[in-house]
Order: sequence, then C-alpha cells, then structure tokens
Amino acid sequence: MSIASREVSARLAAGESVLRMSEAEAEVVEGVIDPEDETMIMNMGPQHPSTHGVLRILLELNGENVLRSKPIIGYLHTGMEKTAESLTYVQGATNVTRMDYASPLFNELAFSLAVEELLGIEIPERATWIRMMMTELNRMASHLLFLASNGMDLGAVGMMLYGWKEREEILRFFETVTGLRMNHNYIRPGGVAADLPDGWEDGVARILVALPKRLEEFDTLMTGQPIWRDRTQGVGLITTPEAVALGATGPILRSTGAAWDLRRDEPYLAYDQVDFDVVVGTYGDTFDRYAIRLNEIRESMRIVEQCLELMPSGDYRTQDPKVTPPPRARIDESMEALIHHFKIFTEGFHVPEGEAYAAVESPRGELGCYIVSDGSPKPLRMHIRAPSFVNLQTVPHMLTGGMIADAVAIISSVDPIMGEVDR
Amino acid sequence: MTEEPQVVPDEVAAESSSGVPDHGVPSSGEGRQLALHPTAEGYLDLIERLYDEGYVMCVDLLGVDYLGHPDRKLPEGVAAGRFEVVVNLLDLEGHRRVRVRVQLPENDPRLPTLTGLHPGTEAMERETYDMFGVVFEGHPDLTRILLPEDWEGHPLRKDFSLGRIPVQFKNPVQGGDR
Repeated sequence: MSIASREVSARLAAGESVLRMSEAEAEVVEGVIDPEDETMIMNMGPQHPSTHGVLRILLELNGENVLRSKPIIGYLHTGMEKTAESLTYVQGATNVTRMDYASPLFNELAFSLAVEELLGIEIPERATWIRMMMTELNRMASHLLFLASNGMDLGAVGMMLYGWKEREEILRFFETVTGLRMNHNYIRPGGVAADLPDGWEDGVARILVALPKRLEEFDTLMTGQPIWRDRTQGVGLITTPEAVALGATGPILRSTGAAWDLRRDEPYLAYDQVDFDVVVGTYGDTFDRYAIRLNEIRESMRIVEQCLELMPSGDYRTQDPKVTPPPRARIDESMEALIHHFKIFTEGFHVPEGEAYAAVESPRGELGCYIVSDGSPKPLRMHIRAPSFVNLQTVPHMLTGGMIADAVAIISSVDPIMGEVDR
Repeated sequence: MTEEPQVVPDEVAAESSSGVPDHGVPSSGEGRQLALHPTAEGYLDLIERLYDEGYVMCVDLLGVDYLGHPDRKLPEGVAAGRFEVVVNLLDLEGHRRVRVRVQLPENDPRLPTLTGLHPGTEAMERETYDMFGVVFEGHPDLTRILLPEDWEGHPLRKDFSLGRIPVQFKNPVQGGDR
C-alpha cells in the first residue's frame, strides 16, 4: 500500500468530517435541535476535564453520533513566538521549555540544535549523551502522564494515581539534575547547563529497576482488560495515507503501521549508536496508540540503560568561548574574562545570518524549530513546529461516525498538550 | 542514482548534489537545510511536482516578516520581498527534506492554498494568516485560529507595536476598572 495518495488528500481536503462554523455562529445555534435533520451543535470544552487543558471542540451530533466536528484552539495563546524575538539565544531555552510542558527537554533540544546548526559548532560527546539520556527519561515521564490521563479519561481512575506516581519518580530525578521538576532550561545552545550530579547513576538505576514491575501492573490493569479493549479497539481509526496527508507524526502515524521515527530515520544526537526498536501498530486505532506509548516506555528504558553504560567522560558543554562564558575562577583573575562573562549574559552571543530547521522526535511526534537569524544576538524569527498543533487536525476525521462517548477516548489518544498547540 | 534507460525529461534527470531534482528554481543551503526559492506564481506547481517525486508530507508551513532586511542573502535571481512563506516538505520513503521559500510583497501578500494537496496545512495556513495577514486563496476556512475572531492586526509582523495595546475582549466586565 502506498503511504500517500492524491485521492486521500482530495477527500480530506473536501472536509466532510470538518465542521466549518465560526464561533459566533455556534453561539447562536448551540444546543438547539435542528427540526429538519434532527442534528444539534454541541460544545465540548474548553473547561472539560477530558480535553487536557483548554481544548474546545464543536460537535455536530445526530443523537449520540458525531457527524462533523471542529477543534477550536487559542485559549492558551500567549505569543511565545513573538516573545522569542525579544529574548537572546541564551534566554531562548527558558521560553521554549514552557511550550510542551509535559516534555520540556525536547523543546530545549530542538531549539538548541537549531541554534547550533546556525553557529556551526560541535558539542562534546558527553553533552550529547546527557541530552539523549535526559530526553529519553522525559519521554518516559511524558508517556506515563499519557497513560495516567488516558486511563482516567476512560474510567480507569486508579491508573491516574499510578501513572502520576511513577512520573513523579522521574521528575524527582530531574530535580536533582536540573534543579527543577519541569521547565528545566537545562539543555542550552552549546551543551547542557550543568554536569550530572554525583550519584546520578543510582538515581537512574532506581527508576530502571522499579518501572518494569509497574509497567506489568499497567498491563494487568488495562492492556488485557476486556472493558479497556472494548473502549479502545476499533475506535478512532486512521490510515497511513490519511495521517501523512494531515501531517500527523509520532504515535498517531506509527499506529497506522508506518514505521517513521526521527530517532532512527534521521538520527540526531547519538541515536545511531544505541540499540532500540521503533514500535508500530497495525490498525491505527485508539488501542494501538495506547500500546505504542506503553511499549515506547520500555524502548526508552533500553536507551537509558545503554546511556548509563556508555556515558562518556569529558565536558558537558562546548568550550567555544563564543557561546560559553569563562569558568568562574578565571573571572577573579582576569578583567577580560569578566567582561566576556558580562557580555554573554547581557548582550548575548551573535549568531551568523541564516536560517536553520532542526527536528527531534518528541513523545508527540516531530518537534521542529525554525530559526531565522539576522546576525544579532536575538532571533529575527523563532518558530516551533508543534506536533500537537498539527496532530489535532486528525481529531475530526477520527471522530466522524463514532459515538460521543468515544470522543473522549479519541481526544485522549491524540495526547495534545495545549501549551504547545497555542504557544 | 541509476535511471532506467528510457528517455527522461531533462528537469528530472538534472539532479543537484543533494539528490533533489533541479526544477529550474534558485536554491540555497544544502543537505537538510536545502531550500528552493520559487516565485509566487510557480509555488503551487513546484509543490505539486515535489509531491510526485515523493515529498508527500508537508511538515510545516510558516511565515517570516523580514521588515528592514531587504538586502539579506538570497540566491541570485530572487528578489527579496518583505514577507516569506516557508514550507517544509518531507519524503518519508527517501528520507529527504526540502524547504520551499516564497517571497511575498508588503502590499497584499497572497498565495494559493496547499490544502488540496496537503490537507494538514489547513491549520498552519490559518496560523500564518492570523499572525502575518498572508491570504491563502482557495483555503476552505481562512479565519483566525489562535487569536479571537475580532482581533485587529497581525501580531507577528515586525511593525505590530508591543505593550501598549489593551487586551481585547468581546464583553468587558461591567463596572470593571477601565
């Protein structure tokens, strides 16, 4: 089967499943049953517990069946791309880390890779491996959060507590490394903010020892459970050509059987030196998307294990004086070092004129960062290609023809993080 | 790359070093940063041809406002416009990427929509319209996506003034502190 076709594009472009209705129109007709065709417009969200924050979906219903729908976003828009234009490259990571708040390290990584591409600098091997280990741990934390909220959305309320608890263990480790549970500002252009602390191996090992048993419990609680299967199997179907046409990446694309993972297909960091499998589904349903994320936790653990073994020694950031300030001790001795330090943190470093795009495989799909530099210490334009923003467009196509109760399962399986949707 | 011995059109046969066929369009960058620079008229045609060559996924579409940078580096034969629309295309089977960058004038920037070929650009084009005021002709629902429907102006434009604009809401709180 071909992965893309013009027919599918044309069918999706015709938008039979997308409700074309403005918010003003919706306000007038909401909740009124049309006497002619017995359809009704209903509003779900933005304050609905299953919409993961502030997602609003307009649904056109016939009884309990969803005919067409339209996601309405923007409730969390704070102009972060505009803000980025007034922050230096040193400060930039602080801004982007707040976009996808469930996997902040990926935002920092995409931003840093784009800046480094423009600067044309190489980062030390240890920094690369630290980045890889930390982002894989972050992927585990993010998928655990997904399992927790996915479970809760479908009525497995206990799952919420278990998922959050395991995630918290990882966040606790992050706190020892970065100082913060979330929004770390740890991965920065040129390397990482600090070296791994003493005893980091024990912290990682504790997570790796404890988690497999928990994952088995999750299997018992959800994977093999008949009610869980009934609620998820065959619900919210999507095919490979549809996902490709809509630009969907990550677990949504992989659930259709297309093995596309940037870690393997466009290796960045040191992913070409570690051994892991790309998890794919078969049916493109909600269950596949759940199972992919569950098993990706196991694959991430394999990668973290290898990082633990292979972690090279050396510098945790580049010694290029252009981006890295001189060591603290030098500042006491040298006036030039003090000035240099001062310049980097007030004015920032200059980045050569040009454009660069860097993409990483975030837990939600391709997270890209496009930076335009005009040679000054601040980007002329910083754009984040947010996977949730694009993936959200699959929702109307997956909802069509389903029951309204399945809407909750489907939205949950897309795993949108509104912070990066609205930016 | 070995072609079958039959006659192939010149434009397909002429491959640049990065394996992307040369479409008679100026290009810049190389490898993963390769960009093609068509005119606004040749834009849709180029995207169509790239689709047939395997660039089936439109990963990203965004706008850039280059106000005050008319003499920036561009390949020969490309006249700088104030706005630029950047389309990021991906070939999943060939593991290739290419960017398409179109220059648009300050007055009335418009382009044909890509939604017919890449339905996933619907939200991206709405965002670019919302933030830069670039009009995509033929778009099924070209409305604001992130900002309220009655917002005035396009905030990611460089001349959108910052910090002095009262927050716009449809129904201000009655008796609130104005």
